[in-house]
Amino acid sequence: MTAPVVTGIGVVAPNGVGVADYWAATLRGESGIARITRFDPAGYSAQLAGQVDVDAAAALPSRLLPQTDHMTRLALLAADEALADAGAELGDGFRAGVVTAASGGGFEFGQRELENLWRRGGAYVSAYQSFAWFYPVNTGQISIRHNLRGPGATVVAEQAGGLDALAKARGQLAGGAELMLAGGVDGSLCPWGWLCQISSGRISTASEPGRAYLPFDEDATGFVPGEGGALLALEDAEVARRRGVGDGYGRITGYAATFDPRPGSGREPGLRRAVELALARAGTRPSEVDVVFADASGNPAADRVEAHMLAEAFGPRGVPVAAPKTMTGRLLGGGAALDVAAALLSLRHSVVPPAVHIGRPKYSDEIDLVVGEPRERPLSTALVVARGHGGFNSALVVTK
Amino acid sequence: MFTVDDLRLLLRECAGEDEAADLDGQILDTEFEELGYDSLALFNTVSRIERDRAITLPDDVVSEAKTPRRLLDEINAAAGRPA
Repeated sequence: MTAPVVTGIGVVAPNGVGVADYWAATLRGESGIARITRFDPAGYSAQLAGQVDVDAAAALPSRLLPQTDHMTRLALLAADEALADAGAELGDGFRAGVVTAASGGGFEFGQRELENLWRRGGAYVSAYQSFAWFYPVNTGQISIRHNLRGPGATVVAEQAGGLDALAKARGQLAGGAELMLAGGVDGSLCPWGWLCQISSGRISTASEPGRAYLPFDEDATGFVPGEGGALLALEDAEVARRRGVGDGYGRITGYAATFDPRPGSGREPGLRRAVELALARAGTRPSEVDVVFADASGNPAADRVEAHMLAEAFGPRGVPVAAPKTMTGRLLGGGAALDVAAALLSLRHSVVPPAVHIGRPKYSDEIDLVVGEPRERPLSTALVVARGHGGFNSALVVTK
Repeated sequence: MFTVDDLRLLLRECAGEDEAADLDGQILDTEFEELGYDSLALFNTVSRIERDRAITLPDDVVSEAKTPRRLLDEINAAAGRPA
């Protein structure tokens, strides 16, 4: 399979909307994690999140407003940016498609309409409830808005989905599509969505934004959820070359996904196998990887698994490890796609973004976590690792 | 009387407004499709009108009343008969 190239990036993140703002904030170490203001979180065990507070309504046609959840509006902003960045001519649209990663769909919209149904009756429920809360809604809305009439799909694998969506798009390019918009923009910051997330027991209950999401730290106690993500324009390498954009931001050279064994089986988690397979398929030796964007769970047991795996695969402190998601929180289906965007921006600008808030690194003997300040160095190849709740592991290799 | 201005207001509220269409112009005989409204947009607007005015419109009103004039006729006829 020839490696597709990334020719456009669109980002909506809690610490910056648009690629330029996100990347500048990320290099400055600016966090978007704060107390939730979208609804009153006072009655909940966890009260911090990475919110994206942007006036999407001002940037979108009013026809779309009655029919979109907040996270779909964010996805539409990211799609606009990625396609404008790519600047590709899409013709009749039949050779261009969309793959997004999702979790639950438009929870906030869904909750509002269910409340209408319960309190006032069916006549008060929006007709747009028929799709606005549905998990593949972003794929549909993006394809309609941009006339992308080729393959359309949605994958659900929590955090791992952001990588799986890119891999599925790569398959569509191999099957004849010329451009695929892929990645994930997700989020469900409303009481219903919040309850679903905190019931997992994995969410940090810390009240101080700088103390809540501390992956690979002695004080790790879970993670902070957020909303947002990234969409990437992937093009067939030959098509991109013909129109003079070369390799764009970089090529997607390898990918693999594995599933964890049954809990309690005592067998090794699937993370290492995903990483090894992705590297093998990319034809990349571990020594050729210049930076790893970690899954960085923030759950102590999961951090240990990842730190050990990285030390074994790359040697102790064998490769710089980045965790810019410490500034955004974990973005459900959007998180890993944002990490791929960050990885490509790292390759382009020859700099590894820092992890923030890490005061007591726990695995200093095993991993070289880039903390506090960005680290400038030439970079050609990055590995992005993602784990999705429920046993999903994915790994993806990008090369400049 | 339910007027075309009442309809404009509710269309905007329930379904938004297509930038390419002139909703403030002479729209009485312009098809909804040309104004940028699909069946779901009309369904959402019609159900709001039924609710606000406590009337019941025929099930096929969304597919049959293709212009504002025809929809206004249906609404005002329904307002004259017992619900």
